[in-house]
Amino acid sequence: METEARILKVLQSIKGNPVNPTPDESLFESGILDSFALTDFVAGLEDEFGISVPDSDLSARKFETLRKVAAYVTAKAS
Amino acid sequence: MSCLRAFGSHLPPRRVTNQELATLVGADPAWILEASGIEERRYAADEDTVAGLGLLAAQDCLKNAGAAAADLGMILVASGSSERFCPGPASLIAAGLGLASTPALDIPVASCGSLIGLSLASRLAPQCGPVLVIGAEMMSRRIDRTPEGKDTAILFGDGAGACLVDPQSGFARIADSLLATDGTAAEILKVEHRRLVMEGKSVILQAYRKMPRAINDLLARNTLAAADVGVYLLHQANLNLIERVAAGLKVPLDRFFINITRYGNTSSASLLIAADEWRRAHLEPITAPIVFSAFGAGINWGALLALPV
Repeated sequence: METEARILKVLQSIKGNPVNPTPDESLFESGILDSFALTDFVAGLEDEFGISVPDSDLSARKFETLRKVAAYVTAKAS
Repeated sequence: MSCLRAFGSHLPPRRVTNQELATLVGADPAWILEASGIEERRYAADEDTVAGLGLLAAQDCLKNAGAAAADLGMILVASGSSERFCPGPASLIAAGLGLASTPALDIPVASCGSLIGLSLASRLAPQCGPVLVIGAEMMSRRIDRTPEGKDTAILFGDGAGACLVDPQSGFARIADSLLATDGTAAEILKVEHRRLVMEGKSVILQAYRKMPRAINDLLARNTLAAADVGVYLLHQANLNLIERVAAGLKVPLDRFFINITRYGNTSSASLLIAADEWRRAHLEPITAPIVFSAFGAGINWGALLALPV
């Protein structure tokens, strides 16, 4: 499964319904993620991609769009 | 060994409901409640000052302790919202208590300042004598009550709390504390140019990880588990965050004292206001550990453990 599809899977498991943001759409401004769903999203990414997000990376800006998240998890997983 | 001897607090009488605030910030009152767990908060009057609120909390604490101001060895005042940076409210509160030579120091840290004060007081009291820790805030002067400032305006309120830390006697002994600072994330929460600036989502991400970790680390080094704690007294930042911390610790939410619904987030005052309300409702001798924890600007965070005497 491609990285973007796996990220969408995590998002959908949090939202409980299908979401399909464009690569550069803000997940915050679109209402897909609020502050507390974001904590679940980061935890879900850690599980899905087998990565550990260190405290130094706990900035909402890193997780604002699909494109940013894909770049982040790709870099962490490599 | 230092002890928690008494708490005190002062809340200004003016109540600001979500309905009133919603009109100013252009938000739905139901959304404010859902996003924060806050139903109303208190705002100070125009003539009030941070030192004035702090003085009233200090007097309430001394009354509850049956102590006199002259007994104090030191005063520590935490505030991130004082009108003046230097000198801050500590010296004014000391003067208000009639003290002209007792050391009175400011801790200019929003949200986590009272926890820092308690931790310092537990170490200083054996040398200095009783230390009065005060958290006093008028956050309503640091927020933007317009649609642009909605995300912070809905959260904050005004108030003050106090705790007398005694070197010898009290209802619980302070066994240990853990403080931490990470300035690499300083920009996510700051008071700059007299305005609170907050990246709320980043703050929640950081707090959600750091508070449970600090609590677990503190408990582990004292051979305790989260389930052993009788009550958790947390900085009242956001009800959703407190719920997440409880879930992270795998502890029922009813172990957490919560009053954010009525006062909002009063920054560094909130921990001591919550402690005072909890203690007023539980005057019997304590039989289980108490854990305090806070997270705030700096970023600073930590936890403090008090045990039955």
